[in-house]
Amino acid sequence: MSLSRFAFAAALATLAAPAFADTNITVLHVSENKAQVAVWDKAAADYNAQQKGVNVQFKYLENEAFKAKLPTMLQSQDSRPELFYSWAGGVMQAQNRAGFLKDLTADVGSVQSTMVPAAVDAFKIDGKTVGVPFEMGLVAFYYNKKLFEKAGVKAEDIKTWEDFLGAVKKLKAAGITPIVVGAGDKWPMHFYYSYLVMRIGGEHALVDAKAGKDGGFKNATFVEAGKRLRELGALEPFQPGFLSTKHTESTGMFGDGKGAMDLMGQWLLGMQAPYSTSGKGLPEEDIGILTFPVVSGGKGRATDTLGGINGWLVTKTAPPEAVDFLKFFSQEKYAHEAAATGAYIPVVKGANAAITNPLFKRLASELAATTYHQNYFDQDLGPSVGRVINDISVAVAAGEMTPEAAAAAIQEAAEQQ
Amino acid sequence: MSKAQTTYVEPARRMSANGWATLVIFLPPALLLFTIFVALPMAEAGWYSFFNWDGYGRPEKFIALKNYGYLVGNATFNRSLINNGFIIVVSLLVQLPCALGVAMMVAGRITGAAWFRMIFFLPYVLADVAAGLIWRFMFDGSYGLPSLITGALGLAPYYLLADKTWAFSAVLIVILWKYFGFHMMLYVAGLQGIDKSLLEAAEMDGASAVQRFRYITLPLLGPMIRLSIFFSVVGALQLFDIIVPLTGGGPFETTNTMVSFLYYFGITRMRVGFGSAVGVVLFVICVTFAFGYRRLFMRDD
Repeated sequence: MSLSRFAFAAALATLAAPAFADTNITVLHVSENKAQVAVWDKAAADYNAQQKGVNVQFKYLENEAFKAKLPTMLQSQDSRPELFYSWAGGVMQAQNRAGFLKDLTADVGSVQSTMVPAAVDAFKIDGKTVGVPFEMGLVAFYYNKKLFEKAGVKAEDIKTWEDFLGAVKKLKAAGITPIVVGAGDKWPMHFYYSYLVMRIGGEHALVDAKAGKDGGFKNATFVEAGKRLRELGALEPFQPGFLSTKHTESTGMFGDGKGAMDLMGQWLLGMQAPYSTSGKGLPEEDIGILTFPVVSGGKGRATDTLGGINGWLVTKTAPPEAVDFLKFFSQEKYAHEAAATGAYIPVVKGANAAITNPLFKRLASELAATTYHQNYFDQDLGPSVGRVINDISVAVAAGEMTPEAAAAAIQEAAEQQ
Repeated sequence: MSKAQTTYVEPARRMSANGWATLVIFLPPALLLFTIFVALPMAEAGWYSFFNWDGYGRPEKFIALKNYGYLVGNATFNRSLINNGFIIVVSLLVQLPCALGVAMMVAGRITGAAWFRMIFFLPYVLADVAAGLIWRFMFDGSYGLPSLITGALGLAPYYLLADKTWAFSAVLIVILWKYFGFHMMLYVAGLQGIDKSLLEAAEMDGASAVQRFRYITLPLLGPMIRLSIFFSVVGALQLFDIIVPLTGGGPFETTNTMVSFLYYFGITRMRVGFGSAVGVVLFVICVTFAFGYRRLFMRDD
């Protein structure tokens, strides 16, 4: 192309394009769920088509890389995203303390009123809104109906921890591995400890421990939860070699029918097939969902739920378009679409009616009926204390650490924070 | 490093005017880069180690030496130190003698020597992470190597990586397998540099094979052996990328090294100050060793 023609083309381009540069909105996320990203990309494309001069883009960063890089990215003018993925909890609070987050309290009231309160509240710090949720998850026992039948275990009869231990013994007697767990990654085991704390201590247990009441994490609830977990561990309910099993491997084992139960988040349903040896996994009609049992004498109810709450945070320097897009994204239309395609369980009230998968329906209805929803302990507490909870959960279940020492270890980490 | 220094110093001595010009022109860029990318980050790590800092914003909670205090008596950190020690001992007492032995066999012009050298060297070319992943499958109790043995004997499957007493031996095996070839190559190079006429003369004088090895080969191989020990120890102290895919530091944090401890307890827990303290300790150990060793053993090399 000659210089004059190039100049001509450049002049044309200047005339055609708006006089100002596009506002770029980068949304940084960690999702590997294709259906989920498809919904997001569609929302971004719709918004870009509607708002001239704004370019919203979802960008993926691998989970561990995201966590390690974000603190640096937030300090940099150039690579700081406008919106980013969050699990709420301790990390979000640290980001807020450092002054990286925009106060959205005045802007997002209209979308908050359409959402489940428990999810909305997770993104408030001292009454100030710093983020908007889009998804809620639920941790529950997924069980293999055929194996339960073979061992003569009836899921509907499992209401209390004792019932549950009884079922574990029955399964074991029938030569079936009662539970698969990816204890090599540690966090899968912390679901047991978390639920036990919730069932024993009720909804104030974690809040009180964080506030340092009654010896903080050394209080009776946490010790008791450890004792119950050890009680389960002593029955040797897990697959052999569970201490080195990764989460993906245990998920595959469940899909292969090598274990009867898995206490896991909703993503298990999407992962059990691809990670199984056959690639097919269990047919969905063979999978049942069992609510975590209550502990007799405990303050928690069977309707108290544990699960992730994910949402978006806006960085302090982001232009107003970022908040505008967040509101656009949060409308029912996309929540509906996420529900209909089984991408995730949206937090927008009523959108769950679009869910077609019966297992997802069950999860969504339990979430809708929750009496108290707790974010994952390791997210709620932030990484330094959260990872200690993960470590001690494995150590206590395996009988490597006493419940008392475990509770003391959490408290020590909380004090060092 | 010492070699590079001599080449710089000698021309300067001969033509000092030119030397100064060279110094003024070439030193600042190098010094600047070194300061920005080496000296400054090290100093920053030292500074951060005095804070309780989660990596967000600026470090503000000054806690003096508390991070170092947490390290003293931290069972997991002590275990990591011991593990590093284990790696060094196994490298020096098992890996190096074996590498030397095999090097003696494949250094000569025997048929297929080149092939053998290549086969032994191959694992070294592999990325550490890939090696860790491969061996994770190899050690698996259900379908890996142990399952062949337990299956044949009709025993229950054995999961080495889940066994807190023996899991670290898995790490040691992978290290031996991976770095053996590298040290062997060092020795092959050293052996090929030895003047054959010396050995022939000794043979004519009636020296036995053992005597020839003890009094000719070994002393002449000295520089290579000292270099190989140096690489072994420094490599052992910095070992990280095999651990993460192989054991992740587990079970019960029994297979960490200092660097994986830093990663799991500093970075992933966002305790940047604490992690920096670990880094400083590691740095001091490495530097003490490197300078001490060079002064004591590598002066003449």
